[in-house]
This record gives sequence, structure tokens and C-alpha cells, in this order.
Amino acid sequence: MNTQLLLIQVFNGLVNGAFYALLSLGLAVIFGMLRIVNFMHGALYMLGAFTAFALGQAFGLGFWPALILAPLIVGALGMLLERTLLSRLYGLEPSYNLLLTFGLTLLTQDLVKQVMLSQFAVSSAPYTTPDVLTGVVNLGFVVFPKYRLFVIALTLVICLVTWFVVEKTRVGAIIRASTENPGVTRAFGIDVSKWVTGVFGVGVGLAGLAGVLAAPIYSVEPYMGAELIITTFAVVVIGGLGSILGSIVTGFAVGVLAAVGAAVYPPIANTLVFILMAVVLLVRPSGLFGLPEGTR
Amino acid sequence: MKKARLTAIIATAALFSVTAVLAQGAKLSDNAIKVGVLTDLSGVYSELSGPGSVKAAQMAADDFMAANAAYKGKVQVIGVDHQNKADVASNKAAEMIDRQNVDVLMDLPTSSAALSASEVAKGKKIPVMVVTGGTTALTNEKCNKYTFHYAYDNYMLANGTGSAVTKRGGNSWYIIYPNYAFGQDLDRQMTAAVKENGGKLVTASDATPFPNTDFSSYLLKAQSLKPKIFGTMQAGNDLVNVVKQYNEFGLKKQGIGLGIGLLFETDVAALGQDAFAGALATVPWYWNLDQRSRDWSAKFEKAFGKKPTWAQAGVYSATTTYLQAVARAKSDNGDAVVKALEGHRFSDFFARSAYVRPQDHRVTLDVYTVQVKPKAQAKEAGDIFTKVATIPSAKAFTPLAEVKCKF
Repeated sequence: MNTQLLLIQVFNGLVNGAFYALLSLGLAVIFGMLRIVNFMHGALYMLGAFTAFALGQAFGLGFWPALILAPLIVGALGMLLERTLLSRLYGLEPSYNLLLTFGLTLLTQDLVKQVMLSQFAVSSAPYTTPDVLTGVVNLGFVVFPKYRLFVIALTLVICLVTWFVVEKTRVGAIIRASTENPGVTRAFGIDVSKWVTGVFGVGVGLAGLAGVLAAPIYSVEPYMGAELIITTFAVVVIGGLGSILGSIVTGFAVGVLAAVGAAVYPPIANTLVFILMAVVLLVRPSGLFGLPEGTR
Repeated sequence: MKKARLTAIIATAALFSVTAVLAQGAKLSDNAIKVGVLTDLSGVYSELSGPGSVKAAQMAADDFMAANAAYKGKVQVIGVDHQNKADVASNKAAEMIDRQNVDVLMDLPTSSAALSASEVAKGKKIPVMVVTGGTTALTNEKCNKYTFHYAYDNYMLANGTGSAVTKRGGNSWYIIYPNYAFGQDLDRQMTAAVKENGGKLVTASDATPFPNTDFSSYLLKAQSLKPKIFGTMQAGNDLVNVVKQYNEFGLKKQGIGLGIGLLFETDVAALGQDAFAGALATVPWYWNLDQRSRDWSAKFEKAFGKKPTWAQAGVYSATTTYLQAVARAKSDNGDAVVKALEGHRFSDFFARSAYVRPQDHRVTLDVYTVQVKPKAQAKEAGDIFTKVATIPSAKAFTPLAEVKCKF
């Protein structure tokens, strides 16, 4: 193991970190605002990738239009689910929404599989990188695909914008007020349930966006979210449930850590994040950036 | 009274089944031959075997019944999902044998699942024809009297591809493999084949999690190690991801070639053949190998809607070989069929110069080293392979002197 390789891995880790950050950000927004543990997040990520693929197959749409359209479609679907199903479970135990979203996950995966096999005759689909981002850049210490650099950059921008909106703007204040004390907020003439639906749509849209970004790197297949979601949940727990900043920082950090781990001792790569989670929970039960329950 | 009537019914039923057996001259348990296709119906290997394998077995059963009037209506095919998990495979195997009276287990992608089902079937004296599972343990340390290994195995892949690539100048390798029975075994075999042909490994092989989507760490490692060949022992969707990222990182342009352990037609289809162009692989068969193969494939495509993979063609061939052994033995009793299979020599559209080795139950056949064509050279849809070499049946598989099997 040499230092150059280690440096390369730190850098490489940022790519996976970007996906963890984007997904856990969506989860954090949804949990922080609505107290919903959205187990379906991985399936919605897959749906983002699949929508991009399907738009290309059906209408010949390329990567750029898909990057805008797929998150909107997935977000809209999310809002529909929130209105028709999830909203009926508010006030019940969290295990209800966990079971519902888990069931929806299984349903979505199998549905997509059926559609893929019957419409496109493939169980994993190719998705090509846009021309302008094809190829590699020599960064001096490593030759790296352009597209992956783009993923890191775009993710950073999205994360910062989301953080800014939630923490620093009036819109963020309304959202936080709507979930802290819906009664009082309503008294100010704000339609709380519309905001709730909107927040869920945005959170889910972020998962869809991550899916479109993933499509050119990984093959598009019905179960692509299943593995990722477990790690993402660990990231959310480490960062502190519902903490926006926590999910962003921890997302990137876990990506880097796993990549370095994979280079030093490959078998540990997938376990590392859970070891980290155990250690963090022992020291800080509310996560690195989370506030203890009751103080928020 | 009640009891007497019951006895009468049973006696009559028994009498009927005895006459039925006498009529056709064969002893069949529950008067039927039940073929259990234990496969991956939903996961990463479902497209390359899965429902297509079940269809292939059904076609073999139909063709066999049409050709052998005595067995008309007697062969049934059941397809069951083992989810690529060893524990599920052993449970399902036991259930199929005990409750559904299956007479043979067929296909078994995923080596760990194949090994555990083979263990269960041994205890119940039921023959197993492993077609899509690759580990050589099935005919070595884990071999048993009831398990036959059809179509391919890791020795044949490594021996074919490892020596072909190394001899063509790809003499320094960096290998990654999925960390389960199949990958570990294929890595061992490939490493041995590379060394045997004068090549070397630039560093120890790396085990990757299975299944896995992100291989960038290993590709970056390859970039810094600069081997001539990046060897991947991944299969199915994992292989698709590796090759996709191999192209993304531009390794080919950096002079690092691709060595593929196990390649199915569906992997090439999933990524487009240009992504694989130039890569060498070893296969037991492909659909446009020759006219006989094309004829059978046309039939399959008509029935299933897609061209067969070599795994699915292998299941047809293995099912036919099994059914013919039942006909020769005039019984579907496990021991009788095993006896009829051992030492059998045959040739069909799939298996050429085939021989069922009695020592380890390896079914040897001619296999082919192929190169993936660029799309521009394809003459029709699915025309993806150019034959580079034929490895004769006797040379393609582990030499008997090295076989560790003891029944």
C-alpha cells in the first residue's frame, strides 16, 4: 500500500460519498421534517435511474433532459404516495410507515423488473454517459473519469443549496414551523399539509436525482437501490437522525472511509460503515450532528 | 366398512399403476419422471438461466416424449427459485424431493447453492445435473455419486481463457473475484493457468463483496499497478458493472486489457458488444456455432421469445441426456440412472464428443475460446462471438490425474 494509492482512494471515495450524501440528505429532510422513516428511498433512487433509461428508450431523451425530468417525475410520484398512503399513518407508531414503505419497495422492484423484461428484454440496462462528459482527465496523481468529477461537483452544489434553504431562508422557517407545531402554524394561515407534501416530494426528488446520476456509472437494474439503502441508513444514523449538515458531511466521509478501507483491506469495505456506526452510537447516541431528543 | 373400501381403492389403484408400468416396461416412481429445475428465477442470474432454463427443460421433456411413445405424458418439469442462496437451495431441494417427488435436480446457478443442493440430493439418492454452477469442487473434494457436472466449470474457463490470453502476450495479470465459492475457485484456477503459461500476477488477487456495484477502487489500483491484463472473475450483473467501469476509467487506452473468467451472451447484450470488443472468453457453446445449433436456437427463440444463452442450451442438453439415461435404465431410480449415465458417450447439438467420466462425473465436451466482435462486424442481431480455438473434450477439463474425487 503506497501513499499515492491511498490518496487516489480518498479522492475516489468522494464519488460514492456523493451518492450517500444525496440519498441521506433526502432521508434527513423527510425524517427531520415529517418524522417518516422512508424505507422506500432506495427504490425511488432506482426509479430515478429507470425513468432516465425509459425516457431514453421511449422518447429518445438524452441524459440532460432526464436529469431534470426524472427527479420531477419521481418527486411527483412521491407526493402522490404521501397524499394517498403515508398521510393516513401520521400519528401512528413509526413501525407502520416502515412496513408500508418496505412493502412499497418490494412492489416497486418487482414491477420495474417485469416492465424491464417485458418492454426492453433486459434485466440490467446500459446507460451511456453524455458525450461532453465522456473520457478521462489526468489530475496528476490519477487518471479519473470526467463524469465522476461532474457527479461530485453537482452533488456539492445541490447539498449546499438544500442546506441553505432549510436552515437560512423563510421557506425553511415555514417548513420547520409546520412540523414543530402544526396548530400554531396553521393559525398563521399556512396550509401545513401542502408543505408536508411538498417537502416529501423534494426529499424523494433528491433520491430520483441520485438515480439519474448513478445510471451512467452502474447498470440500471431493479435491485440497485436495495444494497445502497442499508449503507445510507447507517450514514443517517451516524450523522444524527434528521440533521441536514450531518447527513452531508457523514455521507462524503463514509464514502472516503469505505474506499480507503477497500484499498487497505478489501473484505472490510462493506462492514466498515457499520463498525463506525456502532462506535459512534456508543459515544454519541444521537449521532455526530444530532441533538439529543427533547432539546430540538 | 370404511376401511375395507379404502383398501379396495388402494388395491385397485396399485393394480392400475402396476399394469401401466408393465405396459411401458419401465419402473417410474409415482408413474412419472419429474424434473426439478432449481434456479435463480428473480435475481442476478435469472436472465442468463432462470425462466429460460425452465423453458429449455420443458422443451427437452416435450421432445423426449414425442420421440419415445412409451413415455408420453410421463415427464413433468417444475421450476423453483433458490435466490442464489445456499440455505434456500438446500431447503428447496429437500422440499422438491420429499414433497413433489422430483427425480432429478437440474441447472443450479451459483456455486454455493449448487454445492448445498448436491449435498441434500446425495442423502436422498437423487441425481443432480449442475449446468450453470461453476465450481470444480463439485467434481473434486465435494463430489458425490449422484452429482454430475455439465456444460462448463472453472477449470475449463481458466484453462481456456487464461492460456489463450497469456499466450497472446497478456502475461502480467491483476485479478479480482467475487468473494464466494465460485469466485474463489475461479481465481485459483485462473491464477494457476496464467502461471502455467509463463505469465505472472503483479499482486495478490483481491476479493470483492458479492454482489457489488462499485469496482472503482480495484480499477484505480490496476491503473497504478499497470498489469497487461485486468482479470475479472465476476459474473452476471457484477461483470456488467466491472466492464462498464473498466471502459469509464479508460483502462483499455492505458494499455490494460480485459480478461474475463465467465461470460454469458446476456452480459454482452446488457452493455453492448462494443464495450466487450476484443475480450477473450471460453464458452461450451453459442447459438450460431453451426447449423445444428442455429436450428435448435430458432426453435427456442420461437418458444421463449429470446435467443438461448449457453446455460439454457446446456439445460436442454442435460435434461435430454438424463431422460435418455432413464430410458436406458428403464427406471427413474437414482442408482439405476447414475449407472446408465456413467461412461456414456454421446453427441448432440450442444455437447460434442461428450463423455460422462465415471471417476468424477465430469461431463466432458468440446469447448471454444471465443473473441467478442465489435458491433460493426456483426452480421445479425446476437452475432457476438468469433471462434478463436476449439479445445477438444479430452483436454478441456481437469486431467483425471489431478482429480481429487473419491466416491
